[in-house]
Amino acid sequence: MWINTLLVIAFILSGLQAFHVRRLLSAVLWLAVTSALIATTLYRAGAPEIAAMELSVGAGLVTVMFVFSIAIAGEEAMEARTLISPALAWLLIVAAAVLLALPILPIEPLETAASEVPFSTMLWEERGLDVLVQVGLIFTGVLGILGLLTEPAVERKRETAVDEKTAAKPVPGFGIPAFQPVAGRQDAGAPILEERI
Amino acid sequence: MSISPVAVLWVGAAALLLVGLYGLLVVRNLFQIIIAVQLLGKAVVLALVLAGRTSGQINLGQSLAATVIVADTIVTVIGLSFVIQIKRRMGTVDVKELATLKG
Repeated sequence: MWINTLLVIAFILSGLQAFHVRRLLSAVLWLAVTSALIATTLYRAGAPEIAAMELSVGAGLVTVMFVFSIAIAGEEAMEARTLISPALAWLLIVAAAVLLALPILPIEPLETAASEVPFSTMLWEERGLDVLVQVGLIFTGVLGILGLLTEPAVERKRETAVDEKTAAKPVPGFGIPAFQPVAGRQDAGAPILEERI
Repeated sequence: MSISPVAVLWVGAAALLLVGLYGLLVVRNLFQIIIAVQLLGKAVVLALVLAGRTSGQINLGQSLAATVIVADTIVTVIGLSFVIQIKRRMGTVDVKELATLKG
């Protein structure tokens, strides 16, 4: 029981720490720590398959995705000011805690004689539709990663338009690019033009 | 009065849910909002497994928790791609600044 209590305290503190650090990368690392602690808790709760999944996906893949995104977007300085005042936030949290505790306490084991089905049978046969939904979700995630990697269309169009404007146009009959002075450097292309003529 | 180990974990799951809610209320950075959503998802996963254990159907709880983990990860990936596009177009990920943008 003491180990469970320590684990609970640790993942709550590390979860809170993710909102109190000033650097995004530190926040992501605290999230990874929380995920690893929850994976340990899940293992101790008798769910080793989900613990392994949580450790690999929650602490591994998601952390990598966060770090990758922060590297792309850049880490801007986080404001010390909060969206609402912390006192009001804590008041709302206490209200939510009371609302949450009222229907679930006291927690007692249900008197059910459930027939235990193996995890693989449960996942692939009894919850087959869930697996199909997961496949669809993973496909959506792949599209999301493509959206994460692609450049915005507006910027691409702008770059193409600038390239077309600055590109040299051929003079009819000669196939030699026409001289186009660079803005601010009127004499820059003159010697090249003379050489060509 | 002794508290059972499962009850401690239930309290932990509820507390983690409240921590995620606190994050959603307090933070202004879009990346941190996604972190808060992740914490909410982890609390739900823990609660599902505990519910399965309490009702004597741990494998049903695990199966549902697997679905929630996949869904939560995809939500995170899509959210991150949105944040990157917002940063590219608007130049900021601060929700307060984004709310005051015009045009």
